[in-house]
Amino acid sequence: MIEVISKETGNKEMVINMGPQHPSTHGVLRLELVLDGEIITKVRPNIGYLHRCFEKYAEQMDDYAKVIPYTDRMDYVSAINQEHGYVIALERMLELEVPERVEYIRVIMAELQRIASHLLGIGAFGLDLGAFSPFLYLFTEREKILDIFERVTGARLLYNYFAVAGLMRDVHPKFKADTAEFVRTFRPKIKELNDLLSYNKIFIQRTANIGVLPEKVAFNYAASGPVLRGSGVKWDLRKNDPYSIYDRFEFDIPVGTGEVGTLGDCWDRYIVRVKEMEQSLRIIEQALDGMPDEGDVMEAIPKRIRPKEGEIYVRTETPRGELGYYIVSDKSASPFRVKARAPSFVHLSVLPAISKGSLIADMVAIVGSIDIVLGEVDR
Amino acid sequence: MGMLDKKYHDSNIIIVGLESALNWARKNSLWYEQFGLACCAIEMMATAASRYDFDRFGIIPRSSPRQADVMIVAGTVTMKMASRILRLYEQMSEPRYVISMGSCSNCGGPYWEHGYHVLKGVDKVVPVDVYVPGCPPRPEALLEGFLKLQEKITGETILQKKESVK
Ligand code: SF4
Repeated sequence: MIEVISKETGNKEMVINMGPQHPSTHGVLRLELVLDGEIITKVRPNIGYLHRCFEKYAEQMDDYAKVIPYTDRMDYVSAINQEHGYVIALERMLELEVPERVEYIRVIMAELQRIASHLLGIGAFGLDLGAFSPFLYLFTEREKILDIFERVTGARLLYNYFAVAGLMRDVHPKFKADTAEFVRTFRPKIKELNDLLSYNKIFIQRTANIGVLPEKVAFNYAASGPVLRGSGVKWDLRKNDPYSIYDRFEFDIPVGTGEVGTLGDCWDRYIVRVKEMEQSLRIIEQALDGMPDEGDVMEAIPKRIRPKEGEIYVRTETPRGELGYYIVSDKSASPFRVKARAPSFVHLSVLPAISKGSLIADMVAIVGSIDIVLGEVDR
Repeated sequence: MGMLDKKYHDSNIIIVGLESALNWARKNSLWYEQFGLACCAIEMMATAASRYDFDRFGIIPRSSPRQADVMIVAGTVTMKMASRILRLYEQMSEPRYVISMGSCSNCGGPYWEHGYHVLKGVDKVVPVDVYVPGCPPRPEALLEGFLKLQEKITGETILQKKESVK
């Protein structure tokens, strides 16, 4: 069938623009698609529509702490995880001890954020493929997480909550109960999601065997996070290079198995996210148990942040993959340079490799399955 | 319709000014262009989703500017994007409205000072009807912005405007 189509068109190529205004590009991304009939022969991502000068801002701020709000705005879907990497980098530079209670609250918040981010990613992915109701159900759950965040941090989306060696404010007394309640009610919802979307026949047909990313290609492009794990590689920085207190918790690394199609297809990348939410719930439960009730979360915050001359690279696992911060200090109060290694940017470069030869209608599925955030691509 | 049930079942006539009838229809079917730029777009999505539910105001997302009445500029407008926004705006059919959502599109927001690639306010390229402040604005704030826009439409005098053009 596919050969017939391309023969009829006489192999004439056509260039189509997808974006920058397109509801399924997850932001302002422009893809130049070179088409041979219905088949994509080449994809050229065209970025820069959301370049917001992150590095320039980091250099201009007169305090290291003032960069934190801008890290939020890089990957606005998982703001807490962005802050986490940055504050850890500074703590390692300053060789600071972080209080126990702070670490536990941070982990709980980071995992809640991971769930919220996956909920949005999965919901939008379903929406792109025409499944509207899962999107609404998932957003109902996401709002519950945002409620917890709002009660703790005061904001719904961009929190500016983590501080160097501390937190902006302590959690409220009912935080533990709230979170435990969420964990309890959310577990059955994952099963519902599986019934509604994951094993839906139409959904499988639109995602299985599409956009296959073989393990080797994933390594060559330095993919990470769910995109890499979807190809069957057990690699999670929380386990392989533990930061914060992740070495204390028991959890599994879900990987793609090619259950309904080929290993490393869109469905595998999707199901890894679903399974990761379960693991995050496990981590939250353990962290809630271990969290000390007493302790000042603000006492260890340094008055002034003046790291020694030098540089550091710290990587953390965000919902999208390996986020690295490369910070250079010149002994002054403001950073000399802050460079972020953004997973979305890397995954966008995988896109041409995996979408070559697929049908134009599948492009939406492939873009959705790598779950990029354009704020992080362009920074 | 409990109160009105069975009372008006014959064919009836309503007498209403043409202008207010047009305005009434217009303000209750504001289809917006689904056009997210940055963080604010996530809040726009949340407003359209289950809890805040845009649909009950007749506000429905469209993917094409040609079907849309109102454009929500949700997020940071960069230099590269500005010309595209103008183009999308020109593709919308009259009457068209623009809601600027968030500090970024109002005035540059957190990027006003050193943002060499950020446009300091979308009103530099397209006329804005309602500004919604916040970084990001809460869904309630965006809803309020829509209510303000509806208010504005109520007071419009479309037919008279045409005469003055002649
Ligand atoms: S106003 Fe704030 S939340 Fe909205 S796009 Fe700008 S930085 Fe993001």
